[in-house]
Amino acid sequence: MTAAIEVENLRCEFRVHTGLMSAEKRVIAVDDVTFSVPAGSVLGIVGESGCGKSTLARMILGLLKPTAGTVLVDGKRLFDLDRKARARLIQPVFQDPFASLNPRRRIKDIVALPLEAQGTFTRGEIDRRVAGILERVGLSAAMGERMPSQLSGGQRQRAAIARALVLEPRIVICDEPTSALDVSVQAQILNLLADLRRDLGLTYLFISHNLAVVEHVASEVAVMYLGRIVERNETDALFREPGHPYTKALLESVLTPEPGRGVPDIGLGDVMPDPANIPPGCRFNPRCRIAVERCRHEAPTRMVRPPQGMVECHLA
Amino acid sequence: MSALLEVEELQVTFGGRTAAVRGASFRVEKGETHCLVGESGCGKSVTALAVMSLLARGGHRSAKRMSFAGTDLTSLSDREMARLRGNRMAMIFQEPMTSLNPAFTIGSQMAEVLTRHKGGSRAAALDRAAELMGRVGITAPGMRLGQFPHQLSGGLRQRVMIAMALMCDPELLIADEPTTALDVTVQAQILRLLANLKREFGLSILLITHDLGIVARVADHVSVMYAGEVVERATTAELFRAPQHPYTRGLLSCVPVPGRVQRDKPLGSIPGVVPAIGAGFAGCAFRSRCAHADETCTRAIPRRPAGDAHDYLCRLAPDWAELQPA
Ligand SMILES: Nc1ncnc2c1ncn2[C@@H]1O[C@H](COP(=O)(O)OP(=O)(O)OP(=O)(O)O)[C@@H](O)[C@H]1O
Ligand SMILES: Nc1ncnc2c1ncn2[C@@H]1O[C@H](COP(=O)(O)OP(=O)(O)OP(=O)(O)O)[C@@H](O)[C@H]1O
Ligand code: SF4
Ligand code: SF4
Ligand SMILES: [Mg+2]
Ligand SMILES: [Mg+2]
Repeated sequence: MTAAIEVENLRCEFRVHTGLMSAEKRVIAVDDVTFSVPAGSVLGIVGESGCGKSTLARMILGLLKPTAGTVLVDGKRLFDLDRKARARLIQPVFQDPFASLNPRRRIKDIVALPLEAQGTFTRGEIDRRVAGILERVGLSAAMGERMPSQLSGGQRQRAAIARALVLEPRIVICDEPTSALDVSVQAQILNLLADLRRDLGLTYLFISHNLAVVEHVASEVAVMYLGRIVERNETDALFREPGHPYTKALLESVLTPEPGRGVPDIGLGDVMPDPANIPPGCRFNPRCRIAVERCRHEAPTRMVRPPQGMVECHLA
Repeated sequence: MSALLEVEELQVTFGGRTAAVRGASFRVEKGETHCLVGESGCGKSVTALAVMSLLARGGHRSAKRMSFAGTDLTSLSDREMARLRGNRMAMIFQEPMTSLNPAFTIGSQMAEVLTRHKGGSRAAALDRAAELMGRVGITAPGMRLGQFPHQLSGGLRQRVMIAMALMCDPELLIADEPTTALDVTVQAQILRLLANLKREFGLSILLITHDLGIVARVADHVSVMYAGEVVERATTAELFRAPQHPYTRGLLSCVPVPGRVQRDKPLGSIPGVVPAIGAGFAGCAFRSRCAHADETCTRAIPRRPAGDAHDYLCRLAPDWAELQPA
C-alpha cells in the first residue's frame, strides 16, 4: 500500500539578510527529514518553537520548494496534479487563522470556496455541506454570516478547520489546529477529527505543542529539534519510554493543573537554539543535561528504537 | 487595598445586536496574576480590548466602573488613552499577526514603541529591544531585529509580541493567550520571566488562557467567564479545590493530562453549544447544557458567596454536588 505522505531527505534553507553591514546568514529550518505516514493514521509532530514544523508542513503542501529532498503525497508529486485534484487530496489548517482567512469575505463564503472551486457541486449541495460542517465545528449559522474580524480567536480557528474539512480531503495537515480552543471545544473538534478518520479513513499530520492532545490523537509521534527529527516512535512507547533527553525534557515541562506547584525549571538553561548557528556534534548538546565529551564533536546517528521507532542520541 | 485594575459591570455590544460581554466584574490587584478563562467566544478578548479602548468598529462599551491605578478609564480622551497604552498598560494580542505590521522590520516596530512613549534615541531603543528578546529566549536578536514578521515562526512572533509589550516597563500587562505557539519548555521560561517581573517590579498581569495547567501554576485569582458573564471568581487554590459553578466543574473535568489520557475513548467535553444570546435574554446562559437546570434558571440568578473572595452565579447552594450526588 502506498503511504499517504512520504518525505525523504527533506531540507529547507532560508537566506536571511540582517542589516547593511552584516553578511547574509543561512537558516537551516529543516535538515534531512525522512518519514512516511501510512494512509488512515495520524503522525503527531512536536518540537521546540522554531524548529521547522510549519516549514515542513508548507513543503508537504507544495507551498514551499524544498532545498533538497522529495515529497510524495499519495505516491504522487503534488505539482503533477491540477489544483482541483490537489484540493481533494490534501488540505491545510494553518497555524495563524487570522492570516489565512480572507478578511473581506463572510465565513460561509470562505468555507464554501473549496467546493465552488471544484465546479461540480450544485448551489444547494454547497449550502447544505457548508451548513453541516459549520455546525459540526460548533459555529452557528449566524456566525457564518460574519467577517473573520468579527469572530473570536477560537471561532476563527474553527472556521479554518471547517474550510479544510468541507471537501472531505484524504489528507489534512493540521498546524496547531486547536491552540485557541478551551478544553471542551477542543475535545469536540478532536472527536470530530477522530470520527472522520474512522468513517472516511482520513490521514492527518498533526503539529501541536499540546502533548496530551498529541498523545490522544496520534498513532505515531515525531519529535523535532532544530530542524531534525531526533526521535520517532509509536505514541504509547514514546510517552511511556522517551529515549531522547529533549523528549524527556518536553514531557517533564508539561504543566499539570495542580495549583501551588509553580513552574518547574528543568535545567535546560535559558540559551535557546539558533537555526542560523547549529552547534557541532549533537545539536542538542549545549542544553543537554547528560551530554558527554563525544556529544560535542560527533553527531549521533539514527538508532533503532523498539517497537517501530528511531532516536538520534549517543546515550539512548 | 485598592486594585490596580477594577472593572465593574462591563457591557460590550457590537452593532447593537451581539452582546459580547454582559456585566463582567473583576479586579486585578497590584502585583498579582489574574487569569480569565472560559469557553471559546465567551468574551475574554473583547473584555481585554474594551479595557484597552481597542474595540473594533461597531463595538460599544459601557461600565459602572473601569479604573486603572485610580484613573477612570471611561473618562479619558483618545489621546490620554493612547499615552497609557503600550506604556503603563500593555497588551499581548491573541494573534500576533493582527498587531504586527507586515511591512516593517521587527526592530523598527519594537523601537518605535519605546521612542514614542519615552523618547530617547533609536539606537538605545534597539539595544533595549535586543535585551528583551534575549530574555524571552530569542537567540541571535541582531538577526531577528532585521527580519519581517512573516520570516518568523509562530512562536518567535509570539515572543516578539511579549518583548514588545515589556519595552516600556508596564505596570499592567494584559496577555491574551501569550504562549499558545510555544513548546512547553519555552513556555516555562516565559512564565518564569513573568513571575520574576511580578516579584521584582510588582507587575500585575491579566492573563487570558485556555491552559488550565498554566492557570493552576501561575494565577493568584481566577475569573471564569461563560457567555459574556463572569460566572465564578475565586483564588486559584479555591477554584481547583472546590469549584462551584456547573460550567467550571465541567471545564475542569475535561482537562487532558499527558500520560493519563485514554486513547481509545473520545475526549471529555461539555455537551452542547453556547446559545445565541439576543436582546432581552434572561436567566442562566448555561441552562441549555446544565444537568441541574430547572425552571428557576430562566429567571434572574443570584451571585452566591462561597467563602473568602469566592463567589459564583448559580441557583445551587455551595457544595451542591456533595448534597446531591449525581
Ligand atoms: N520565509 C522565511 N524566511 C526566513 N526564515 C524563515 C522563513 N520562514 C521560516 N523561517 C525560519 O525557519 C525556522 C523554522 O520556522 P517554522 O515556522 O518552521 O518553525 P515552527 O517549528 O513552526 O515553530 P513554531 O512552533 O514557533 O510555529 C525559524 O527560525 C524561522 O525564523
Ligand atoms: N467585531 C465584532 N463584531 C461582532 N461580534 C464580535 C466581534 N468581535 C467579537 N465578537 C463576538 O463576541 C464574542 C466574544 O468574543 P471574544 O473574542 O471576546 O471571545 P474569546 O472569549 O476571546 O474567545 P476565544 O477563546 O475563542 O478567543 C464572540 O461570540 C464573538 O463572535
Ligand atoms: S547525543 Fe549527547 S548531547 Fe545529544 S542528546 Fe544524546 S546525550 Fe545529549
Ligand atoms: S443557574 Fe441553573 S442552569 Fe445555570 S448553572 Fe446553575 S443550575 Fe445550571
Ligand atoms: Mg509553526
Ligand atoms: Mg480570544
